[in-house]
Amino acid sequence: MQRIGVFVCWCGSNIAATVDVQRVAEELKKEPGVVFSADYQYMCSESGQNLIKDAIKEHALTGVVICSCSPRMHENTFRKAAASVGLNPYMVEIANIREQCSWIHKDKATGTEKAIILGRAAIAKVHLNAPLIAGESPVTKRALVIGGGIAGIQTALDIAEAGFEVDIVEKSPTIGGKMAQLDKTFPTLDCSACILTPKMVEAAQQEKIKIYSYSEIDEVKGFVGNFSVKIRRKARYVKEDICTGCGLCTEKCPQKKVPNEFNMGMDNRRAIYIPFAQAVPKVATIDPNYCTMLKTGKCGVCSKICGVKAIDYTQQDEIVEAKYGAIVVATGFNPISPAKFDEFAYSQSPDVVTSLEYERLMNAAGPTNGTLLRPSDGKHPHTIVFVQCVGSRCDGAEKGKPYCSKVCCMYTAKHAMLTREKYPDTDVYVFYIDVRTPGKNFDEFYRRAVEEYNVHYIKGMVGKVVPENGKLKVQAADLLSNEQLHIDADMVVLATAVEPDPSARSLATKLTASMDTNDFFTEAHPKLRPVESPTAGVFLSGMCQGPKDIPETVSQASAAAAKVIGLLVKDKLVGNPCVAHSDELLCNGCSSCEKVCPYGAITYSDKEFRMPDRTTALRRVAAVNPAVCQGCGACTVACPSGAMDLFGFSNNQIMAEVDAICK
Amino acid sequence: MVFSYYPGCTLKTKAKDLDKYARASAEALGVTLEELPDWQCCGGVYPIAKDEIATKLSSVRALNRSKELGRDLITVCSACHNVIKQVNHDMQTDENIVAKVANYMKLDAPYRGETNVIHYLEMLRDKVGFDTIREKAVNPLKGKKIAAYYGCLLLRPSSVMAFDDPENPTIMEDLITALGAEPVRYSMRNECCGAYTTLEKKEIAQKKSNAVLASAEANGAEMVITACPLCLYNLKKNATEHDVPVKYFTEVLAEALGIA
Repeated sequence: MQRIGVFVCWCGSNIAATVDVQRVAEELKKEPGVVFSADYQYMCSESGQNLIKDAIKEHALTGVVICSCSPRMHENTFRKAAASVGLNPYMVEIANIREQCSWIHKDKATGTEKAIILGRAAIAKVHLNAPLIAGESPVTKRALVIGGGIAGIQTALDIAEAGFEVDIVEKSPTIGGKMAQLDKTFPTLDCSACILTPKMVEAAQQEKIKIYSYSEIDEVKGFVGNFSVKIRRKARYVKEDICTGCGLCTEKCPQKKVPNEFNMGMDNRRAIYIPFAQAVPKVATIDPNYCTMLKTGKCGVCSKICGVKAIDYTQQDEIVEAKYGAIVVATGFNPISPAKFDEFAYSQSPDVVTSLEYERLMNAAGPTNGTLLRPSDGKHPHTIVFVQCVGSRCDGAEKGKPYCSKVCCMYTAKHAMLTREKYPDTDVYVFYIDVRTPGKNFDEFYRRAVEEYNVHYIKGMVGKVVPENGKLKVQAADLLSNEQLHIDADMVVLATAVEPDPSARSLATKLTASMDTNDFFTEAHPKLRPVESPTAGVFLSGMCQGPKDIPETVSQASAAAAKVIGLLVKDKLVGNPCVAHSDELLCNGCSSCEKVCPYGAITYSDKEFRMPDRTTALRRVAAVNPAVCQGCGACTVACPSGAMDLFGFSNNQIMAEVDAICK
Repeated sequence: MVFSYYPGCTLKTKAKDLDKYARASAEALGVTLEELPDWQCCGGVYPIAKDEIATKLSSVRALNRSKELGRDLITVCSACHNVIKQVNHDMQTDENIVAKVANYMKLDAPYRGETNVIHYLEMLRDKVGFDTIREKAVNPLKGKKIAAYYGCLLLRPSSVMAFDDPENPTIMEDLITALGAEPVRYSMRNECCGAYTTLEKKEIAQKKSNAVLASAEANGAEMVITACPLCLYNLKKNATEHDVPVKYFTEVLAEALGIA
């Protein structure tokens, strides 16, 4: 029989106002095995903890029940207190009489009765508790960063700075991400490339950082501290270590009609290309979808022209396998396609552009060398209409996104301001639902666009854009003056919503990391653990977790790096002992548990068993890797033969709790 | 190809041309349109009130009869098509309406939207095919600049009508091309003509209809075609400042097929 102590917390008036704590303590004193019972104002306080410690010593307690707040709040506090006086921490049980009792009941009699029942359930469970000892596992002191945009670069730099090895895996031929495509950055209007490219170069030169460009993640196995990852290095048909990045091949390649993704398809590149001048690594890549040599076997111009013989048409994808202690997801975002919003005529006129396209049109390295020209006829536009919230804050989820994309208000203000600055002869309109400018110096920036640059900000949405006679006829509503507006525009710029990169979904499956309905990665806690994913050892950086601007992305990237460093400095990780285990004699090898396990913790193997009459038999049985198991219990429910059970939450313990509640 | 055919009231009175040339063209294209026996008015306007049942019954009668005959139902008037298709959608999705209608009409088996409702234009595109029409157009309308006018009802609500892209439709332009003519794109082709405001506030209908034809003429249209009797009325009677001819699409179809 256990010797159990019961400690009922008042939590000031949080519990005591709706639960008669003294009566709870008295009633629970009568339960079998309870040798001590007390109530106290704040159990979690220093003196409250001392009360528990003293009682454990004085009454030689073997089990402790604390009736207090949710175990998410203070379970750890009380476990530590118990452990400090020699009681196994897993002999402490919490009965939550605050969130699930006092806070939701108004009537004191009801609240008190429920608190007593919850206390009884916890006591019934403690009777079946057994001391548990957490296992330890080693930590591989190397981090993997998936995605080489500003988020991934910053995270990698910070981790490397702390002295740990870090690999960046980037799916495109260069790191830099979306920030490399931007012209200026709000609210200071500093040139995006000028502040990004030094970081790209630093990442390339930092000895601790290895960049796998043009590479993707094939497979992730293992667990926190011990991930094993297969990286697919896609064939770029150019030997990366030999190519000098001279660019001669990219000038001589006869295939000139390849839409240039860096300029949003507004000009063309060759089939062999370097995405942009400051690309890192500065190495050419052959696009297999367009290369005549790869498609028909006839050409070979780049190979002939290359001075260092770096071209290799026979190159194959290569799989690199590496071990990591931590993984950071920094897969970023894309603007959605405005094709579904054909009221804005994006598919009908080249003069209707997205904001990212406009960004390239304003950029000195863009298709027009930074001179703002209409894509249709190359003429200077005089009237430009910006439409905000295209696909953001949308009711109908089948068309757009329910969330605010956060960056559009600011970059539209930037576009409008820069346009007026460079071309004072233009008329610039911005249609908005709300202008959202929370951020340091953000509202001042927007006010400048309105007050100093005379941008016409109009509250209301554009209903229709129609290309007619070389103009874009814009029909819109001005909600403040309650008027219909008709504007003959030369260009229309759509601030389209952002969405997570499409590669994120399959990556989430490989990492067993969870996502929300919009495919943004979910954080472990929305406020208190914003850069960790619920999957141990997987961290989040940048837009993959939700819309954010550059300063926020960089902050989060550094925060994720700090978390990774905190993990990698440890030599060993202490695991959670409340994990599943399988009774091999009951297991029938059905694989039900393996199918439901979200962490890939269960493996099957053939094992020899001794049978009656000195025979042996080979049977397929499940085994749980305790280092990977997170103790969710899904397998114990799925197991048809009752072979799976969870330490600390065994089927017997839970049934005892249910019995106590239903008594 | 045999279909049930629902002409609607206006096609028996004001819009005889829409009906006449629809039937004749169908025949020329090898399509048999069997007029539904004893059809009644579609209801005229789709009732937005969620608990309105009575005005939906006549549409359900047509739909259920077509189901009994085991045929898809062809409509040609934009308004009839809009009402019948929306009622059919209710019958597919709203158990409450299905039950009430079944009780009221004393149906042996409740009607659950089993009938396919197809607009004549959709039939031309999906069942006959514009390529076939191009081959059978013995009298192609070469060089003729024709502007398609969609109006509101064919396209909206787009989730139910599923007719074409509500903002950038192409079906009538594709038909015009198949007939050998040149489609004219203009900004007002899916804007409202003023509709029933012609009864109460004529000036609104005049303003809207004039804007439609002004835009069509500005883009060089020599003729405007439509599928809607009310649109045709407004464009003819209320677009007082313009005289570009307005016709039903079935008239030009019949002309190209060498019937009219």
